Amino acid sequence: MDVKAKLLEGNKRAAARIITWIESGDPRGYECLKDLYAHAGHAYVIGITGPPGAGKSTLTDQLVKRIRKTGKKVSIIAVDPTSPFTGGAILGDRIRMNDLTSDAGVFIRSMGARGYLGGISEATAPAIKVLDIMGSDVIIVETVGVGQSEIDIVKHADTTVMVTVPGLGDDIQTIKAGIMEIGDVFVVNKADRDGAKRTVLELEAMLDFNGESPWRPPVLQAIAQQGKGIEVLIEAIEKHEQFLRESGVFEAHRRRNIKSEILELIKKAVMIRVNDHSETEQMLDAYVDQIAAHEQNPFTAAEQIMAHIQFK
Amino acid sequence: MERPIRVLVAKPGLDGHDRGAKVIARALRDAGMEVIYTGLRQTPEQIANAAIQEDVDCVAMSILSGAHNTLLPKVVHLLKEEGADDILVIGGGVIPDEDIPGLKEEGIQAVFTPGTPTQVTVDFIKSHVTPRA
Ligand SMILES: Nc1nc2c(ncn2[C@@H]2O[C@H](COP(=O)(O)OP(=O)(O)O)[C@@H](O)[C@H]2O)c(=O)[nH]1
Ligand SMILES: [Mg+2]
Repeated sequence: MDVKAKLLEGNKRAAARIITWIESGDPRGYECLKDLYAHAGHAYVIGITGPPGAGKSTLTDQLVKRIRKTGKKVSIIAVDPTSPFTGGAILGDRIRMNDLTSDAGVFIRSMGARGYLGGISEATAPAIKVLDIMGSDVIIVETVGVGQSEIDIVKHADTTVMVTVPGLGDDIQTIKAGIMEIGDVFVVNKADRDGAKRTVLELEAMLDFNGESPWRPPVLQAIAQQGKGIEVLIEAIEKHEQFLRESGVFEAHRRRNIKSEILELIKKAVMIRVNDHSETEQMLDAYVDQIAAHEQNPFTAAEQIMAHIQFK
Repeated sequence: MERPIRVLVAKPGLDGHDRGAKVIARALRDAGMEVIYTGLRQTPEQIANAAIQEDVDCVAMSILSGAHNTLLPKVVHLLKEEGADDILVIGGGVIPDEDIPGLKEEGIQAVFTPGTPTQVTVDFIKSHVTPRA
């Protein structure tokens, strides 16, 4: 089959196969994107992040059911960056999205961490493009919020929803350490439990520290399991989209993402060139010996190895 | 980059627990495979859709309810309709011996009854998935 033509027609099997190629470093993946890139840019991308077990998949399921009522086509990428880097993994986000699997207007893909050179975000960004080209109106990227890799992933989202739960204690510390800045909308899920109100206040207080900014992230409550708080969440996302478009931030974000996409590809190409260089391993070992013997330093070593590699 | 074998582990039918499915999911993971686990009470349509979207090499279904003779072949047919008949389909669970030949005729390439060591399933998948072009 001509996968490119099929993808443009909205064929799911074609999209699925191209994503596999991208995931496994098969050059056919990027070849497809090269030719079809002009068809991307239509989809609105929502990132859903937060600690494991916060209810991200349940919330995504509910969110998508509502969005589907408007007739929009939705794709979901469920990323598990905590799955092992090598070896096997069990990806279980679909468990909460079974109803969506019967809906022809929904596409769901699970992605593990595997051995990506540039982190998992390296495969997520092009996968988003594939689903965009397939004709998705909305793309939701669910990822566990634990560190740098998901910050990188949600960079590709237009609106990022941070999901937390009441009384998260230690998690609040995690959120403070950098993740606070990436939320455009905060949701305290599992509001059926004690302490939701207090967590809302704590989050509001932390947001106060972020200082003046043209967008103040709202802090909402939800009970995803009961489908409560979903309408308000959708309204908040729509409001954020409106803010992005009216303020020009939307364009600025997309330009920033294009730039970082190019830079990422260059980084990857350089690393591949370095790894492929037949003498790199030997040179590295020799320098390690010298440095361990206090005869050399890593800075000079890196310079000399780089000087040795031909960059066409 | 070596691509891990991707397997959809699904539980068709209405029976209420998925212990067997979880055991096999863990065994496949420990053998280096990427397992997409979908939980209980899947319809054949859901299983086929998920298999295509996840672009898996194999669909492994665990079934206890006795509805295997209708549900398992249905998945094979749906995959065929989508042109995805290169996906290896296997079944496991409480399936009477006399039903196995019929299931194989319908395209379920192996049936593992209770007591089969998980390693047998692992080895079967490894040696029977369709190599990708
Ligand atoms: N009490 C309660 N439990 C919830 C709620 N939303 C989700 N859960 C449960 O929390 C667990 C984890 O949910 P899941 O969506 O898989 O979380 P994820 O890891 O963030 O994707 C599941 O058992 C859900 O049923 C909620 O609003 N209230
Ligand atoms: Mg999840």
